[in-house]
Amino acid sequence: MDGVTNSNLAKPLLTMDLVNNASTQHNDIKVWFKAARVQDFPENGGACVKYKDLQVAVFNFSRRNEWYACQNMCPHKMQMVLSRGMIGSQQGEPKIACPFHKKTFSLKTGECLNAEECNITVYPIRIENGYVHIGFKA
Amino acid sequence: MSRVIVVGNGMVGYKFCEKLRSRSKGTQIIVYGEEPRPAYDRVHLSSYFSGSTAEDLLMAPASWYVDNNVELFTGELVTELNRENKTIKTHTGKVDHYDYLVLATGSSAFVPTVEGVERHGVFVYRTIEDLNQIIDYGKKVRKAGVLGGGLLGLEAAKALLDLGLETHVVEFAARLMPRQIDDAASAVLTHKLNQLGITIHTNKNTKKIAGNGKLEGLEFTDGSSLSLEMLVISAGIRPRDELAKLNGIKTHARGGVLVDNLLRTNDESIFAVGEVAVHNNMIYGLVAPGYEMADIVAKQIAGEPSKQFTGFDMSTKLKLIGVDVGSFGDPFGEAAGCVPIAFQDKRNGVYKRINISEDGKYLLGGILIGDASQYNIFHQMVVNKMLLPAQPESLIIGTGGKAEAEGAGVKSLPDTAQICSCENVSKGDLVCQVTEHGATTVDDLKKKTKACTGCGGCTPMVNDILKITLESLGHKIKKTLCEHFDYSRQELYDLIKVKGIRTYDILLSTVGKGDGCEICKPAVASLLASIWNELIAEQDTIQDTNDRYLANIQRGGTYSVVPRIAGGEITPAKLMAIGRIAQKYGLYTKITGGQRIDMFGARVDQLPEIWEELINEGFESGHAYGKALRTIKSCVGSTWCRYGVQDSVSFAIFVEERYKGLRAPHKLKGAVSGCIRECAEAQSKDFGIIATEKGWNLYVCGNGGARPQHAKLLVNDVDTETCVKLIDRFLMFYIKTADPLTRTATWLNKMEGGLDYLRDVIVNDSLGIGEDLEMEMKELIANYHCEWKKVVENPALRERYRHFINDEDQDSTLSFVELRDQKIPVDWNKKIK
Repeated sequence: MDGVTNSNLAKPLLTMDLVNNASTQHNDIKVWFKAARVQDFPENGGACVKYKDLQVAVFNFSRRNEWYACQNMCPHKMQMVLSRGMIGSQQGEPKIACPFHKKTFSLKTGECLNAEECNITVYPIRIENGYVHIGFKA
Repeated sequence: MSRVIVVGNGMVGYKFCEKLRSRSKGTQIIVYGEEPRPAYDRVHLSSYFSGSTAEDLLMAPASWYVDNNVELFTGELVTELNRENKTIKTHTGKVDHYDYLVLATGSSAFVPTVEGVERHGVFVYRTIEDLNQIIDYGKKVRKAGVLGGGLLGLEAAKALLDLGLETHVVEFAARLMPRQIDDAASAVLTHKLNQLGITIHTNKNTKKIAGNGKLEGLEFTDGSSLSLEMLVISAGIRPRDELAKLNGIKTHARGGVLVDNLLRTNDESIFAVGEVAVHNNMIYGLVAPGYEMADIVAKQIAGEPSKQFTGFDMSTKLKLIGVDVGSFGDPFGEAAGCVPIAFQDKRNGVYKRINISEDGKYLLGGILIGDASQYNIFHQMVVNKMLLPAQPESLIIGTGGKAEAEGAGVKSLPDTAQICSCENVSKGDLVCQVTEHGATTVDDLKKKTKACTGCGGCTPMVNDILKITLESLGHKIKKTLCEHFDYSRQELYDLIKVKGIRTYDILLSTVGKGDGCEICKPAVASLLASIWNELIAEQDTIQDTNDRYLANIQRGGTYSVVPRIAGGEITPAKLMAIGRIAQKYGLYTKITGGQRIDMFGARVDQLPEIWEELINEGFESGHAYGKALRTIKSCVGSTWCRYGVQDSVSFAIFVEERYKGLRAPHKLKGAVSGCIRECAEAQSKDFGIIATEKGWNLYVCGNGGARPQHAKLLVNDVDTETCVKLIDRFLMFYIKTADPLTRTATWLNKMEGGLDYLRDVIVNDSLGIGEDLEMEMKELIANYHCEWKKVVENPALRERYRHFINDEDQDSTLSFVELRDQKIPVDWNKKIK
């Protein structure tokens, strides 16, 4: 997997049972969508990318030199806002807080960390030639 | 080494494997489970409807069985048993040999023999497969019912509600949860459930499930009927004892495998645990006694001494559809001479009952509905036979300071008190982890003792025990901001100021750790703004979304815009400008409580354009989005009003212009009234000024909101200059010393010495900091700028106001409906369905 800079992808895959459906395995990735230039994204923050009819929230963790992506919709009230949320970490786990009611989600697994909300879908990111690419299964 | 076969892979069967493996590395453990997947958490089954996946519910992943050398066969039903040869045979014909056999077959749903149970649309609520069928069928119908108003039945009702169905519960008995709660409790619970949209029918004996192929409704023996499109039966459980019955293992006449105090059946190589076991005429349908049984059998097979099973406390606490329900000890007060004390508050849906022993010394049991926060401590009082206070009724009728009482309660518990009943963890175990093994967090305790990992009901007590034990060791419980900063807000204020730190990133690198979070980022952003008053848009990603986009996010994800209208005074020309702009961008308009005009429904990309027009018309940001000074409300005062004694409008405008844009730990509101009639409601504000014949009375630390509090008189009859000087000092002192997100009222309530101390500092300058406070305020005021003007004039900042980074499109999910000739967003609760 050359060109993968996202550190969460460099780790060995979890056992099948534990993996959230969302934490995509690379072999499944059919499309690496070229989203935007690295410098278009705010530092230590997020922005929303449009891919076909999909809204994807992409987060630039400049402090850790890592990138993450997830669905833009917060499952709590079905609002397209996660990209406008604040990023952060919980015991080292990168997370995003929804701006509406501060539900927080792990950006590694998509799991909701502070409530009983559904998990969100997360997508892999890779950076190539100064561009941010998002991996999709289809 | 002995070979143990476990029949059944449910919660208790799994727990048995876990416990046996931890005691004996060498024992061969083979598990046969009928269901296609490994053991899952049946207690939290209803969360499957609100988004948990089957994987989330697993007790342990398949890899756990491999890692722990437990051979698991799923989808394999044991059908035959040969006790002489000690072998079993499965439905696929596989034969296996055992030294010990553990029956953990659990139970199935009991389906009463009512005409029509075979109809389409009738389900039971037991396995994930059942749930999948319910979900599929639920998509096609609108109205559904649950037969059975017990614990499981109400869980099932919650599931139907989550599917968006009109939900009915039918119960044979005169009340809900007849085994756990009394009539009065049931009435309160029924009332609550009605409010949530669940209709309860009690005293209903179902005669027939009517319909033609698929069900159409229920007919009752009293002649009434209920039309339904779907029915979930949850009328009890039936132990899965068929394997035992076939092979001469003694069973109870009403079902279940008979066991002794060591959970042995009449065959000494065969044990039964969990819901299939009948001990002393009782079947225990809860997880905790099942786990205890598993523990006792695991110890025996591992060759360790084991205590006996002598029955189990059936106390339960759960959150049923958002309503707390607790039932502990002897809930109905059946002991001789027992005296009940009950408190009922139908309006708030609260019912509390405690049963006191004849001599008034002990708590024997009780029921809690609506508020079960005292469940743990009451339960402990029963189990540990703790002495009651002189007025036991004070336990359930408002004493105030409940949290304190609870902490004190934990302190008085003996070390033997069982805190976590799922994993059998005592108070002593927890305390020992803190004092001997250095545990400092609840997570440490969870890992070391497994407390809180079952039902989670003990978590508040574990928290209290941790806190009290740490305190007893001399640890100072510090009010730190979050896991990223080991400092309080006040300490960070000083650090930022002394070190001259201007950005969040530098602060995090210098005195913090990790990546920050949604708690520390806005708190630090507020501190930086309060100290330096620099443009917050420069560090937009540490701001809450309102501050990031300098507007208030509203339902649907659009924003509202509030220009400053100081003192609530506006010219007709400016009114028309607002009207024109709102009309141009299709915005909903409303007058706010702070005498200004709010324009709703602006897309994020429209915000800079709207503000450009507003600024051209002479408006400034109103800071409605910030933890900042909002408005100074005023009455019309002596300019027009025949009663007014001072010019309240002019003073309000002066004060608002002076403090506009001032950032604080929380929002700030003020008001000026022109006479004693107080039309501006100044006494409900963070600072309020009321005109007198001689000057102004200054009130501080009031607020409206959820817990209204009147402002308190700081000084009276001061002249304008003094009044402003004191407000400078007051606001600056608040900004420097309050905790994050603390309004002035709460800040004062927590202040040692209260109002007298505050007056000493502000008016009498007892700390000698008055001039410093005034200087600091002067600097902040000098550094004011309209944030929106800066953004509108800066193309790079403007560029951030867009929905997609890679496309000029707008968010296509935005949708509005019309209400009284204006637009409003689609109700997000409706959007979900």
